[in-house]
Amino acid sequence: MAKTIEEINEKIKNGAAVVLNAEEITGYAAENGIKNTAKKVDVVTTATFGPMCSSGAFLNFGHSDPPIKMQKAWLNDVPAYAGIAAVDAYIGATELSETEDMQYGGAHVIQDLVDGKPVKLRATSYGTDCYPRKEIETYITLENMNQAYLFNPRNVYQNYAAATNSSAKTIYTYMGKLIPNTGNVTYSSAGQLSPLFNDPYLRTIGVGTRIFLCGTQGYVSWQGTQNNPGKERHANGTPLSPAATLAVIGDMKKMSSQYLRAATFFGYGVSLYVGIGIPVPVIDEEMVEYLKVSDNELFTEIYDYSVQRRNKPSYGRVSYGQLRSGFINLKGKKVPTGSLSSYSRALEIADILKEWIKKGSFLLTNPVSALPFEEKINVLNILGRDEV
Amino acid sequence: MSSKRLVLTFPEKIVTKPITYRLVKDYDLQFNILRAEITANVEGKILIEINGSTQQIEEGIRFLESEGITIQDASKDIIVDMERCVHCGVCPSLCLTQALAADTVTRRLLFDKDKCILCGLCANSCPVNAIKLRI
Repeated sequence: MAKTIEEINEKIKNGAAVVLNAEEITGYAAENGIKNTAKKVDVVTTATFGPMCSSGAFLNFGHSDPPIKMQKAWLNDVPAYAGIAAVDAYIGATELSETEDMQYGGAHVIQDLVDGKPVKLRATSYGTDCYPRKEIETYITLENMNQAYLFNPRNVYQNYAAATNSSAKTIYTYMGKLIPNTGNVTYSSAGQLSPLFNDPYLRTIGVGTRIFLCGTQGYVSWQGTQNNPGKERHANGTPLSPAATLAVIGDMKKMSSQYLRAATFFGYGVSLYVGIGIPVPVIDEEMVEYLKVSDNELFTEIYDYSVQRRNKPSYGRVSYGQLRSGFINLKGKKVPTGSLSSYSRALEIADILKEWIKKGSFLLTNPVSALPFEEKINVLNILGRDEV
Repeated sequence: MSSKRLVLTFPEKIVTKPITYRLVKDYDLQFNILRAEITANVEGKILIEINGSTQQIEEGIRFLESEGITIQDASKDIIVDMERCVHCGVCPSLCLTQALAADTVTRRLLFDKDKCILCGLCANSCPVNAIKLRI
């Protein structure tokens, strides 16, 4: 028998909802069977805490006197995009400081703001009759800004490729430090806890879905950039390579740096660890089939990142269970594995979301609109105007 | 028998002297060089594990100091800041001795200083700059 979101929300309001995290559901379903699990369990909480480069924040600084139409702006010497209205700007997570190189970037500005630290704002302009000021230098805080909201164009990747390095020298990548001669393998997914592995066909997640975002309630705003759900899938429904993505939005003023953290990948650049939790309503038995899938039944492909091309040679398929064991067998060699995404913090987020739902402070949502499932990824070809 | 892990810093003048040989010969100490960066006429560093009686170790250390060698307890040369760590688990893949490992149940980072050979492979791998190495 199918359950509706409204029925589940009634139970949440009455404090009667049964909520498990995506780790607990596996054992529960094995013990109680699919049918009983679908009947008894109302919500399963999923989560991820990983570096997500495609992140950033819209900020509104308020007007100075005399006012300025900011044309170029910097926050702690990190350029922000000011080519929108006079005192609006977007600070991207991967933008680098003009004075501190890779040690500080947009992600660090965002974290400093969330931590309540004052941030230096500098801006220049050409001056207009209505906005006469041509430059400004001042200090801002998150509290004093009008609006500050995270708006991340691509987060929550449904699976991600693993990386190794077959060359003779160490390489520094967005998958971390990869030592020579396939000396290590890195990967980045919360696996069995990961939101889009638990609802692989996005039956319950869509535009407007309420989520946990960096310590507060946020929303799914759109499909993420490079959304590519039409990938080859395992019989259990999960994609075998990076597939769907989400764009998310949420109020920075309510966030905590426990669940939002600036990162520097040595030799590569700056990124932002984003903590996201998504509740998956157990609407029917089919949902339980997806939710019970564990790390041993989730797979990804290992690629050789020493090949500096768009398409990299594969070292074959591996399960998240194998990756998480600490070592894998790579063409007959025992190779240590490392995760970029934090499983333990993802579990912490899934449990917080569970508590919010149990005490009735977080209600589930029906998607306002479904996300497109037909999208394919395009490549960028280098063309002349008449070749397009 | 007791055991100590020390970082010995050799000033450039004595880098070419057979110091570790004297530790065996005169003080009857067993030692294991875990890591060394020695170049003639440049300051050198050795990470060494010394085994012997407490008295022999003390005397050996006094001898090293009298030769102008600076001695530091190796455990103070690496700091893994657990407050800062987000327990992602990337550093274990770079740890040659498995001093850094992810707990198999909680997935939180475990650091066993006694296994660390201060090789430094992990130091620049930490995305949140939680590993500080001084050697």
